[in-house]
Amino acid sequence: MGVQTEVVSATEKRSTLIARLHEVQEREGYLPAVEIAAIAKEMGMSAAQVMGVATFYNHFRLRPPGKHSIKVCDGTACHVKGSNKLLDRIEAELNIQPGESTEDGMFTLHVVACLGACSMAPAMVIDDDVHGRVSPRQLKRILNSYRRRQ
Amino acid sequence: MAVTNTAALAANGQIKSRKLVNITVDGHEYQVGADQTLLEGLREAGIKVPTLCNWQGLHPAGACRVCVVELEGARTLVASCTQPIVDGMVVRTQTPRVRLARKINLELQLANHPEDCFYCQRNNNCELQTLAAEYGVERRYRGKRKQALNDVTSYALMRDPEKCILCQRCVTTCADVQAVACITPLKRGFDTTIGVAFGEGIGDSECVNCGQCTKVCPTGALVERDDLAKVYTALADPTKYVVAQIAPAVRVSLAQEFGMSPGADFTGKLVAGLKLVGFTKVFDTNYAADLTIMEEAAELVGRVKNNGPFPLVTSCCPAWIKFAEQYYPDHLENLSSCKSPQMMMGAVLHSEYAKKTEATRDGTFVVSMMPCTAKKWEMNKVSEGDVDVVLTTRELVRMLKREQINLAELEPVSFDPVFGASTWAPAIFGVSGGVAEAAIRTAYQMVTGEELPVPDFTPVRGLEGVKTTVVDVNGVQLRSAVISGLQNVRDFFAQGGWEDYHFIEVMACPGGCINGGGQPYSEHWPLRRLMESLYGIDKNMSWRRSHENPEIVDLYEQYLGAPNSEKAHHLLHRSYVDRSMDYLPQ
Repeated sequence: MGVQTEVVSATEKRSTLIARLHEVQEREGYLPAVEIAAIAKEMGMSAAQVMGVATFYNHFRLRPPGKHSIKVCDGTACHVKGSNKLLDRIEAELNIQPGESTEDGMFTLHVVACLGACSMAPAMVIDDDVHGRVSPRQLKRILNSYRRRQ
Repeated sequence: MAVTNTAALAANGQIKSRKLVNITVDGHEYQVGADQTLLEGLREAGIKVPTLCNWQGLHPAGACRVCVVELEGARTLVASCTQPIVDGMVVRTQTPRVRLARKINLELQLANHPEDCFYCQRNNNCELQTLAAEYGVERRYRGKRKQALNDVTSYALMRDPEKCILCQRCVTTCADVQAVACITPLKRGFDTTIGVAFGEGIGDSECVNCGQCTKVCPTGALVERDDLAKVYTALADPTKYVVAQIAPAVRVSLAQEFGMSPGADFTGKLVAGLKLVGFTKVFDTNYAADLTIMEEAAELVGRVKNNGPFPLVTSCCPAWIKFAEQYYPDHLENLSSCKSPQMMMGAVLHSEYAKKTEATRDGTFVVSMMPCTAKKWEMNKVSEGDVDVVLTTRELVRMLKREQINLAELEPVSFDPVFGASTWAPAIFGVSGGVAEAAIRTAYQMVTGEELPVPDFTPVRGLEGVKTTVVDVNGVQLRSAVISGLQNVRDFFAQGGWEDYHFIEVMACPGGCINGGGQPYSEHWPLRRLMESLYGIDKNMSWRRSHENPEIVDLYEQYLGAPNSEKAHHLLHRSYVDRSMDYLPQ
């Protein structure tokens, strides 16, 4: 009987795993390894099993986000207007892939489907500022202006 | 109507109250058990259905889609491994549609699989390779391939993620059978990979190195770390005195690898074979197992006298020891301080044995032939030079075949004696319950001065996960438990009541070392026959108790004094560390 109750409560606990991950990410901005280990202990799971869930969903981040978030639009209009080239430039400039953050913790790069700024294609949004018709040559200047902002 | 053997047994009442169903397969009728999957039912009926992810006793994953069959009434082909069997099912397993689907599924697997079979440990022994040949695959699909580095972080295991077909057998085994769950599917879709929580690889995880995952892997994605090169180097080095020791389970696990009936005792043939390979001396690890029993029984007797701490828990199994150090750090005082038999053997060979032979301490090179991958970890992390290389049964077979030695043809040769005359020691340590049986026999003799009246200690024999027994030792009711399989261990300790036992034997692999993670590949490993073979060897011994082994008596008389003496402690005992924080992020 005692064992039975334990099994039920363990299953119940596990059903709240995703909610717990949300909670931590909201508080910390990402899922720190120590928190993953702590949640695993709390849920009666292995850390690997929690990591499996955390890496399955795009929503969860395992590294702290950069200070500034760059969203490069790859919607139809931007795509036609060469968003790939823009993205390549950003990747080379910052040495990161989409979904990653720079080592200095300054930028996080995302690719999004459509920003609704098709008239300004190719477009990108840094934090809350929309940058339109970004030529690769302008890119360095724009990024530097955010670096200076700190 | 075709009646299968199982159905016949059920009809004779030999299998009681088993519900049966009737199914039609490829036009023939069969009666098979209800309450199982369609795949299990088909196999019970003797029909061959291929699969790369299903494994007897493991929860089905339904991942590989190679076991598809046509089921009348179903719109699509069904994966028989996840389809519950129902009375009246009409199934077709060999239609062109089924064969084509299986072929395509295999071709798609291969489109994302390295084509480097020549360099793979599983070459000629690979489920994917075998099925690819059976289904006549063609190279019709090309696409992006998974690219990943080999995981070489572990002393015991190696992983090649590119060869992984994501069947999940290893994941299920690690979680459900061994209660460790250090590996799991990470990420999603094409990027999915089997990995650990933190760090670079399995060597950085709570992996206890039991190797059960390597036994179920259908490809070369998870294998034992191959240490054969080190052995060849030592054999070629004239300054090395290269000796082998052979664990009990290994000797009964070789016959089928050389075309003989499984479970046959190959002890003498193996000694002969290793001499041909070039080993100077070949010893029996049972000698050290007897030594372990002397030390452990003396420890038990000491604890009975001092009234604790109880229970005394065995320390022969390095996978269990790491498990205990990680998950039960508050109870390390319950672990016997005895080194494992392979380490004791190495310690004696490097010290007292080296002194009396032409070998030197540093020149002695001890190679352990073990059914176990965890012994590799133990050798590297714990043994402090007692042992130089550990080979699993699988590596041993590879070595013999490379040397073109067919054990089946060899005349048996006796083990070399460590001290005194050559003797054949009992071999029951290779099966769950063997250590407990031997320890209780010897502890009983130490306390009462008499032999335990029951010669065959049946309550602790058998392949059940948990076995218990009570023996009256001079009025003390000595309660012992024997547990194998780490999930059983976790359940046993979680249940409570373990404090009431005096002696607990734990082996990490279900059934004991005969089912070790370094044993040959087989989904239907003949555990029971190997067990019977080991007990058979034991029965044929002229003496059957560790304390009667003349070589052991010799060692104590000439060198060590008494069990648990200061010298014995120095040579044969060890300490433990709390590893509960070792694999957590900082």
